Amino acid sequence: MKIEDVVCPFCGCLCDDLVVQVEGNRVVNVENGCTLANEKFMGDHRLETPIRRSGKKWERISYDEAIAETAGILLDADRPLLYGWSGTYGEAQTIGVHLAEVLGAVIDNTSTVCHGPSIMAIQEVGHPGCTLGQIKNRADVVIYWAANPIEAHPRHMSRYTTFADGFFVKNAFRERKVIVVDVRETDSSQIADEFVKVNPGGDYAILSALRAIVRGKRDIIPPNVEGVSREQLFRVAEICMAAKFGAIFFGVGLTMASGKYKNIRNAIELTEELNRHTKFTISPMRGHWNVYGSNEVFTWITGYPYAVDFARGIAFYNPGETTSVDILRRGECDACLVVASDPGAHFPRACAEHLARIPTIQIDPHVNATTHLSQIQIPVAVTGIDAEGTAYRMDGVPLRTRKLFQGSHPDDLEVLEKIYAIVREAKG
Amino acid sequence: MPGILIRNAFVIDPLSGVKGEVMDIAIRDGKIVEEASTDAVVIDAARCLTLPGGIDSHSHVCGTKVNFGRYMSPEDMRAGRTARKGVMHVTSGYSVPTTFGNSYRYSTMGYTTILEGAMAPLEARHTHEEFTATPHQDMLANTLFDGNWSIMEAVKEKDVKRAAAVVAWTLSAVKGFAIKLTNPGGTEAWGWGGDVNSIHDQVPHFGVTPAEIIGTMIQANELLNLPHSVHLHCNNLGVPGNYQTTLETIGLVPDLNRDRQSLYLTHVQFHSYGGSTWRDICSKSEDVARAVNNTPQVVMDMGQIMFGRTTTMTADGPMEFKLYMLHHNKWSNHDVELETGSGITPVYYGRKSLVNCVMWSIGLELALLAKNPWQCLLSTDNPNGAPFVKYPEIIALLMSRRFRENERKMIDPRTEHFVPLFAIERELDWYEIAVMTRAAQAKALGITRIGKGYLAPGAEADVAIFPLKPDEIDPSVDYQQVMAGFSRTRYTIKRGRVVARDGEVVVEGANSTIWTRANVPPAYDMSSDPEFTKKFEQYYTVRMRNYPVQDIYLPRGVRIDTEASL
Repeated sequence: MKIEDVVCPFCGCLCDDLVVQVEGNRVVNVENGCTLANEKFMGDHRLETPIRRSGKKWERISYDEAIAETAGILLDADRPLLYGWSGTYGEAQTIGVHLAEVLGAVIDNTSTVCHGPSIMAIQEVGHPGCTLGQIKNRADVVIYWAANPIEAHPRHMSRYTTFADGFFVKNAFRERKVIVVDVRETDSSQIADEFVKVNPGGDYAILSALRAIVRGKRDIIPPNVEGVSREQLFRVAEICMAAKFGAIFFGVGLTMASGKYKNIRNAIELTEELNRHTKFTISPMRGHWNVYGSNEVFTWITGYPYAVDFARGIAFYNPGETTSVDILRRGECDACLVVASDPGAHFPRACAEHLARIPTIQIDPHVNATTHLSQIQIPVAVTGIDAEGTAYRMDGVPLRTRKLFQGSHPDDLEVLEKIYAIVREAKG
Repeated sequence: MPGILIRNAFVIDPLSGVKGEVMDIAIRDGKIVEEASTDAVVIDAARCLTLPGGIDSHSHVCGTKVNFGRYMSPEDMRAGRTARKGVMHVTSGYSVPTTFGNSYRYSTMGYTTILEGAMAPLEARHTHEEFTATPHQDMLANTLFDGNWSIMEAVKEKDVKRAAAVVAWTLSAVKGFAIKLTNPGGTEAWGWGGDVNSIHDQVPHFGVTPAEIIGTMIQANELLNLPHSVHLHCNNLGVPGNYQTTLETIGLVPDLNRDRQSLYLTHVQFHSYGGSTWRDICSKSEDVARAVNNTPQVVMDMGQIMFGRTTTMTADGPMEFKLYMLHHNKWSNHDVELETGSGITPVYYGRKSLVNCVMWSIGLELALLAKNPWQCLLSTDNPNGAPFVKYPEIIALLMSRRFRENERKMIDPRTEHFVPLFAIERELDWYEIAVMTRAAQAKALGITRIGKGYLAPGAEADVAIFPLKPDEIDPSVDYQQVMAGFSRTRYTIKRGRVVARDGEVVVEGANSTIWTRANVPPAYDMSSDPEFTKKFEQYYTVRMRNYPVQDIYLPRGVRIDTEASL
């Protein structure tokens, strides 16, 4: 069976034009997908049943047993952490937040190790952005800053920017200038009209220099700023100011480099400055599929996009204190539920070690690095393949994924609802 | 369910012609009925003011920009926190509360229905997700068409029927309720960093004017026989001298509907400024109110501002940028491809700011100068003028000249040279307040047909009982009591269930989402129109099949069907 207009469940691009061929409960072919999408659909090797650590071995257990034991561990904990959420859909995230609320737990999503600092910058200065179609139809200048879309978001350029013809930009490849700013050459920098190679950690200074130039203060720019010549900076500023519509995309290379959220703040303020001359927007390249959806869901229920602590009864947010990495590094958390992400692969070593010390339960379709730190793993259907629900694209456009076949696993929502029911019952 | 019998209620029910009578109200199966069942739960209202459930006909509570207002404002979230209690979830936020925060606070003020003022069609799914998490009010969504390319092309071709067909497809696809135009043409111009400055300016590239968009959409709306009229946020919001634009716009409106207005003008306070700069800004409420009084085919809402902190948010992207340039506070913007825009910036309205004092006066003046309360509805354009929790204070100001005089002492003393407010003696009465907060909204939105806004048998049993005894208090003097009374109902009843008591929500909610489907002849079905579908193939970044909001997002959808006259 061929299914059209399938929404890809891999990265924040949420390409929704995939054609997927299904035989039974297996995807056998994907058209229009990038290599990441193909691997997501085709290289799908599931854990079959829930498993529990027993000495040095794993034993298979039933779903009911795994769910009851998970609920018990969370109820026994003084400082539970519910982490992950970016790989699942909004309806499941909603139950996750309610579960955290009843438990008095901390709930956090993968922003904590990706665009968390971007969110902090937005909370200081705001965010002039737009939907991706606005860029496709209008932008004559696109800047990728510390991002390598060709490898991380392979269809970003063809669907939304460099190669995407739009209403006002009939021949994107010719009419649209692409600037790449990065610390090293990448596949993306090779197709740029202008590549700005910055010294590692030098982004903040470059952004400040560009702001100064846009403000008309060329005289104060030294001949070389963090490895970039004054002439190139002037040229880049001129391209930006001459643009009819410019769009900056920034990656984790800017967010997580030295300076962190201050870099993003500076980039946003540059965008604001440019808006006094022309139209400019800025957007984070959200990586992990529905991470933006987890920010949205957390926000409308709790008021905060990530790192929400319910221990006081109210929702409390203080990145650096209530963020997962900090809670784990301080050894504060005494049980952890991981849903739809892989902190074992992405967290600092000290945090992973703490996860291995405490009862960690993972709800995830696949065996991954976190499996090795966990007590229990509950396999579920893969959202976007055999489970459907809402996901938010990196620009905030919400889409509903399709269920391509009826699989044999329950989905995240079913499992979480059962845990929630037990916890609610116990908490009265 | 045994039903409810409310005894001894001091009822004002304008749509049923009840102007303050002590009577009983019987409720069964979610409806008002002639007689209660014998086992009905009896509530003694003790001659307290009893009104139909409140209806907010213009409020920003759910959707992309509202949530971004929360996302970017942890300081606002900290300013209004409540812990989980009983059936109530944790809430956060003061000017942009979380969905449950909005829902509980509205409910304890007696509000049972809210229209979200602006939903971008492309992001409609988000609005509907938040509607589901706003469980104590029935929700409706104004759907943005101000910068819609297909609409502007139809306007250019002078093809009203095609414009109507685009509206019909879109409302049905996104489960929207009504046509909203926010700074028509201006949001498209903002795609290039520009704006339109009069209703006769050309929209770049599309070659149409705001006046043409507004005129065409008013006609298209009537061709589709939609329950509500076009809902307009005029051009030039917040610009000194903009009352001229507003008057010109009112002058465009034909009288096309017997049952309701042909144009709804929202937050008119922001559109009634004289002068030419911030230095000489003055009130033109008299001119605007006169135009409204002389044009029965328009209805407006106040868009009152109240002193204090709030967050502004609108689809009017260029306006938010101007506001940012003025305040230099944080600023967000979010343009939506082929459709509209939006912006957000926090503001502080100060008693020491002459401009803010003039704005504050204008909103009140509009309500006091509008002869017919059915033509001027109470609103703050929540949260733009103030968070909705300020409504009771606005009611008190409208009911008490003494309160206004007391406020006069607290504001910039120059204000009185720029506004007529303090020369106005009128004090509104209970009946007029009842009209301006529920009955007129129901009529203007066209939802009396589904039992909203009145308390006669057959109506939805949405009732608010306030701890206010109209026979015993004089609102002109006891304005503090009026304020306290409207802040917290004794009982809020929603679809026949007590949902809130004395300031606390007591059950988990189960709201409905009300949307409109205009049935058009096959020739006007846009889903197979080549030009229209080409937009999705070439210019949208979402496939046409993935665009419509699925039924699953409306667990209790209420569809109003109309037959289009195409």
